[in-house]
Amino acid sequence: MPAPHQEHISALARLREVTWGLVLLIAVVAGIGFAMLYSAGGGKFDPWATRQMVRFGAGLAILFITATIDLRFWLRNAYIIYGAALLAVAAVEVIGMVSGGAQRWINLGVIRIQPSEVMKIALLLALARYFHKAAFEDVTKPARLIVPVILIGAPVLLVLKQPDLGTAALLGFGGTAILFAAGVKPWKFAAGGALALVALPVAWQFLHTYQRNRVLSFLDPQKDPLGSGYHSIQAEIALGSGGAWGKGFLQGTQSHLSFIPETQTDFVFAMLAEEFGLMGSLLLIGLYFAIILYGVFIAMRSRNQFGRLLAIGLTVNLFLYVFINIAMVTGMIPVVGVPLPLISYGGTAMLTLMFGFGLVISVYIHRDARIGRFDEET
Amino acid sequence: MHSDFERYKLFSRRATILLGGQALLLSGLIWRLYDLQISNGKRFKVLADENRISTRLLPPPRGLILDRHGVEVASNRQEFRAVILAERIADVGHTLDVLAEIIKFDKSERTRLLKELKRRRRFVPVAIRHSLTWEQVAQIEVNAPDLPGVRIEQGLSRLYSLGNATAHLLGYVAAVDETELTGDPLLQLPDFRIGKNGIERSYDLALRGWAGARQVEINAHGRVIRELSRKRSKPGNKVSLTIDAKLQKFAAERLEKKESGAAVVIDVHTGDILALVSSPGFDPSVFEQGIDRKLWRSLNKNPRAPLTNKAIAGQYAPGSTFKMIVALAALEAKIITPSHTFFCPGHKSMGKSKFHCWRRAGHGSVNLHRAIKESCDVYFYEVANKVGIDRIAAMARKMGLGGKLDLDIPGEKSGFIPTTAWKRKAFKQPWYPGENLVAGIGQGYVLATPLQLAVMAARIANGGIAVTPRLARDEITGREIKDRKAKRFPSIGISERSLAAVKKAMTAVVNEPGGTAYWLRIAEKGQGMAGKTGTSQVRRITKAERARGVLKNSQLPWAKRDHALFVCYAPYDAPRYAVAVIVEHGGGGSRNAGPVGKDIMVETLKLLPPVGMKKQADKPVKPKRRAAGAGKAAKRRGG
Repeated sequence: MPAPHQEHISALARLREVTWGLVLLIAVVAGIGFAMLYSAGGGKFDPWATRQMVRFGAGLAILFITATIDLRFWLRNAYIIYGAALLAVAAVEVIGMVSGGAQRWINLGVIRIQPSEVMKIALLLALARYFHKAAFEDVTKPARLIVPVILIGAPVLLVLKQPDLGTAALLGFGGTAILFAAGVKPWKFAAGGALALVALPVAWQFLHTYQRNRVLSFLDPQKDPLGSGYHSIQAEIALGSGGAWGKGFLQGTQSHLSFIPETQTDFVFAMLAEEFGLMGSLLLIGLYFAIILYGVFIAMRSRNQFGRLLAIGLTVNLFLYVFINIAMVTGMIPVVGVPLPLISYGGTAMLTLMFGFGLVISVYIHRDARIGRFDEET
Repeated sequence: MHSDFERYKLFSRRATILLGGQALLLSGLIWRLYDLQISNGKRFKVLADENRISTRLLPPPRGLILDRHGVEVASNRQEFRAVILAERIADVGHTLDVLAEIIKFDKSERTRLLKELKRRRRFVPVAIRHSLTWEQVAQIEVNAPDLPGVRIEQGLSRLYSLGNATAHLLGYVAAVDETELTGDPLLQLPDFRIGKNGIERSYDLALRGWAGARQVEINAHGRVIRELSRKRSKPGNKVSLTIDAKLQKFAAERLEKKESGAAVVIDVHTGDILALVSSPGFDPSVFEQGIDRKLWRSLNKNPRAPLTNKAIAGQYAPGSTFKMIVALAALEAKIITPSHTFFCPGHKSMGKSKFHCWRRAGHGSVNLHRAIKESCDVYFYEVANKVGIDRIAAMARKMGLGGKLDLDIPGEKSGFIPTTAWKRKAFKQPWYPGENLVAGIGQGYVLATPLQLAVMAARIANGGIAVTPRLARDEITGREIKDRKAKRFPSIGISERSLAAVKKAMTAVVNEPGGTAYWLRIAEKGQGMAGKTGTSQVRRITKAERARGVLKNSQLPWAKRDHALFVCYAPYDAPRYAVAVIVEHGGGGSRNAGPVGKDIMVETLKLLPPVGMKKQADKPVKPKRRAAGAGKAAKRRGG
């Protein structure tokens, strides 16, 4: 059952529908990111802040283009995108095997793409489509869960093998969130969780030594304070020494004297918390939560299941990024290598995030499109 | 449509739950942040500061060592050294090649440097060479474009203005040994130097000074980013010595003409050592940066033992310089009177042995005066035979022999004075009468250091006052320096008459025709010198050799020649200074040690004219501090 009044609006009209509040929130967070990269560069725009700005610019373009594309396009092509992404992830694995080392990139000459980043959104698209097309009554049937579990499981296993614990966690939890939102019965998650717990010792066998060390050093960072636990301890010192108000912009001693590694990427939050204290941390978490609220609001406002699931999935995805990164930097979970969205330096992550936000806005623009279970075939 | 509404309802519920879950987890993060940043903020702030702030010690400049007039004999000199910074250099080998043309260094040094550079972090400067000459500094500066990463740094090194002449007396400084670590963090600085010998060692604490500190900010690799604060170091205390630098230099130069020997000049009233020289000396500065193995070996193997301070650690048979002690022992025991005579036929027989006088023809009938003046051996055989070793030993001890005098530099030896009890204990043998005769002329078991002989001469000269020698003008305990209180030495309890007889005889040695050192007399009025020569055998002259004719010293290899000794004091009528000289394997005492002793004494009298001759020359450096002591000393001298 099409909704005629939304069928034929122009791209310009769609652009007018863009949720500017969300874009503004995104820009503010990215702005904080530029400031932190400026600080991480030792008070210079080079080498990180400038490039990140350029990437954000490109990301904004992607966001607007994605937002104005008809949502049904994504619904139609969800499986194709998923399949391509899965192939790319597998290809990376094969290339890595051939070249004799772990690899996460596909080099396209002009840009290098990290297929696992693209996979995060492709998986959400595929799952959203699957449950969009599933009859409400069917969702509760255990047999209907086989496909989504495979959809989630295949990339998770491939990524785990790379090995990339952070991405695997993001894919796994992000996919599970869509399952949950789609209405899968809670006890099934409990069962799945129990199963995972049983599988844990087996998984341990497949972990690389450095990953085992990370887990072990997380469990007891003081055991090897100069080895694998060093970064966690130094990050905690950085955070803690920030106090309530922080040491001031560019004044973080831990960050600027190289006690914390990777201040421009995964540990950027430690620097932010050191320089701006608890207040700065709260402000940033607040901004993220505002974006999440926006996302949930858009999901609930949507009149089609695909849009709802996609929006909630992307929102949870953002949340997972934030939570895993901060929990990792504050020493609550092992160091797994997840960037802080919109702030950490990194190209693919920025572009895929902006692509994701574009999809969320697209969901909002097409909020009133009543897309039926079989509508995309028209 | 119904199912879609149901679906929407379920979705809304689930989405709300998800949102709640996210909010909950984010609250968990906030709780964690609060715990880290507020509850434990202070603790982490301290940890962060400990991370970034490092305290570096600033070594203090070492204290100066001054002579009795305030002349610097040990000071610190600005030194230039070339250091190399690996991080600034692309090709270390090339840089070393360029450098090698300016400061010559060989292959082994090159490999050592390369190893050191590899071991240290790239931003830690490694010293290539210490004590660069001006020319080398200039050349490195001129070639700076070709020498990236090579820097000239300034430091302090120890400068001994008299060089070899004070090598034994002042000692030297060198790197700290592990055994010398006391917990003073200064000692762990790689460039810190500690006193290893002589004054540098005995007053090391006073000279060391107090460390300053520099707080610097460092990064995770230990590189210094900037200085946060600085507390200046406090230089070490000045140590003033009793030495007269000019006299010390003179004595050293005078002894240098001989192959090996020692000389000590002492103030007979105060015990102040005015000069203390051992020859040959060595360059004390070679130890500061670590002496190279070749030089060390050659110093150690040298038969003239340049590293030994012979003035306090050389133990020699005193020979005839011991005769005053024998005489005093006999006079005090009332075994002889000054006028008592013995007949010297040129030898004395005892049992199967025959003991010879140095003058084969004999001295005829000799009393004490002539016996000392002409150094008649037979007279002292007779006297020693009557007094016995134990009474001689007791007198020797009173005169400062046979035990350490506790001079304030390390390495002093105690010499040796035998007794019958010792002989019984050590050899399970009685003391044979013949051994009295040998001891009576200062041979056999009797051993004394030049310092002891100088003290002996001083104690005779000052009328039997038990002066003890000293080198520091002030009382120094640990790091503290206090004015020394004028010390009253006890009398050793010898009658005026006995001493007068011996002193008169010693005056005759130099001033009466026929005296063994008559040729050394000082003609200037009021500067007359009294003394005693000694020639001590280091080998046994066999009967067969005596029959053939005793070999002259010039016919013997160096190590077999007699030691030449001379002790003296002046002026003989109002004694002020005593000198003891030994020339190792120099031959006859009068001929070889005598002139050295005389020259040193003349120089002493010239540099430090005794009261009454001229104005007091050894005017205190710091009149206020020294006033009390000097006043008392003057009074004593006056009387």
